[in-house]
Amino acid sequence: MGAHNEVSRAVLEVSNLTVHYGKVEALSNASIKVGEGQIVTVIGPNGAGKTTMLSAVMGMLASKGQVGFDGQIEGVPEVERMVARGMNLVPEKRELFGEMSVEDNLVLGAFQRYRMGKRDHGDTMEEVYALFPRLKERRAQLAGTLSGGERQMLAVGRALMAKPKLLMLDEPSLGLAPLIVREIFRIISELRRRGVSILLVEQNARAALQVADYAYVLETGAIAMEGPAHMLADDPRVIEAYLGLGGKHQDMLAG
Amino acid sequence: MDFQIALILGQDGITNGAIYALLALALVLVFAVTRVIFIPQGEFVAYGALTLAMVGNGVLPATVWLLLGAGVVVAVLDGMAALRAGQSKRLIAIMAVNLAYPLALLGLLKAMPLAELALALQVLVALLIVVPLGPMMYRIVYQPIAEAPVLVLLIVSVAAHLAMVGLGLLFFGAEGYRTPAFSDARFEVGPMTVTGQTVWVVMSSLVLIVALALFFGRTIYGKALRATAINRNGARLMGISPALAGKLTFFLAALIGTLSGVLISPITTIYYDSGFLIGLKGFVAAIIGGLASYPIAAGGAILVGLLEAFSSFWASAYKEVIVFTLIIPVLVWRSLTSHHMEEEE
Repeated sequence: MGAHNEVSRAVLEVSNLTVHYGKVEALSNASIKVGEGQIVTVIGPNGAGKTTMLSAVMGMLASKGQVGFDGQIEGVPEVERMVARGMNLVPEKRELFGEMSVEDNLVLGAFQRYRMGKRDHGDTMEEVYALFPRLKERRAQLAGTLSGGERQMLAVGRALMAKPKLLMLDEPSLGLAPLIVREIFRIISELRRRGVSILLVEQNARAALQVADYAYVLETGAIAMEGPAHMLADDPRVIEAYLGLGGKHQDMLAG
Repeated sequence: MDFQIALILGQDGITNGAIYALLALALVLVFAVTRVIFIPQGEFVAYGALTLAMVGNGVLPATVWLLLGAGVVVAVLDGMAALRAGQSKRLIAIMAVNLAYPLALLGLLKAMPLAELALALQVLVALLIVVPLGPMMYRIVYQPIAEAPVLVLLIVSVAAHLAMVGLGLLFFGAEGYRTPAFSDARFEVGPMTVTGQTVWVVMSSLVLIVALALFFGRTIYGKALRATAINRNGARLMGISPALAGKLTFFLAALIGTLSGVLISPITTIYYDSGFLIGLKGFVAAIIGGLASYPIAAGGAILVGLLEAFSSFWASAYKEVIVFTLIIPVLVWRSLTSHHMEEEE
């Protein structure tokens, strides 16, 4: 497909990103772009390299290629530096601090800002609580005692505490009940409305394509297709491989 | 043994136990955050005590040269890393912390009449020299291998311990020192005489433990260290770098070790190699807490102190044997009661 994500200003521009696990190439020459204020999704089957890609962009994994973020190119991204520059990843495993309270988890989300002398985490926390009233009710509870949906909300809220320019979400709907999934996607749209650019990796292709502006399909470590999300959603190959039958039911849930 | 003697031994045991408790807390902290079993913890005790002794004798403590040397190595390592990352702005801060600070301290110490300083100032001097060695040690020894398995870190710890003992002999000589007590006061409590130094040791330990609890419970840096201990990857994603957490942890460990040395040196004669046994008793206490629980480790430290005091009365030749034998029933009990945890990733 010859399509390109035409944006006036790119927040994230990844070119020819390659990751090896030993001799196995898990990601080969992937190039993606996220424009300012866009939701871009990467869909694909299990093991296609989606999580690998996010980890490499964030600097959690060694990679070859270029990661341009916010107008500056990083040869080898380094996690702490990327966080300081406004990139945040909500990983698939959430990686919460289970034996700490919800509020402490949120405060730590602002750690890098605090270090740089921006001590406004009190205000940011109120914004996060406004977005997730449930977290406010549970503020004194240990993160490890939350339900799956609440944990995901906390993971997203914690990332938002850093006031990111780019929020990367790895499978935010994984293992959640359908109604909670709908709630999470509602919040993703709401975040875009507030000016956060989002890179969304999802197996729930239907919901992802519905909320996204632009989409990439990742198969066996390489970008197989790309295009505006609504066009990919109508593409027969995507429908067959990722949307499939029983779509109406999922449609209702995703809506 | 009559009641009188039991009281005296109990007092001894609690005094030493308070110091072992501090060391046990430091060991648990270092292990939780960095997975390092910090065998050189005891060397900070000896360095602190002996540096204070040298200052008290009006000699320029040789540890200040170690500080300078370590500072140069860290400055070179960090300077090169900053240049490679293209962050030349950080060079000034690196030079200030690692070169300017030891040099300024050296100049200040040469200019001051060390022996005439008040004891509190002498203690401060010892802290200013020895405590920065902690984070520098992390930078030089552990940071390059931070991702290595626990066993490798342990072996490196043994090496660091041996190196520090050797340097200790070079700096302080083979002679032992005892520093003057903080207070010569004596209190009659019922049938028992409590010395001022005992009160100092127990109170300082309590104050330090409360301060640490506040640091970990209330401040964002303390929470960041706890977060690193709970979930390393999660902490990195918040921008809490393992290097920062490691340096901060080693700063605290060195501070606790040095203070322990300063507190214990009026009670026991400290030699260049005394730190190891003291640290090891803290380690026994830390093991009782499973290298994870702070309150159990502190309680275990009091137990170790009491056991040591009473066994030195009944079987003084075997007192170390008895204390270290304690570890065997503890390990048996722990392996029977705790379910085996899978090592994560």
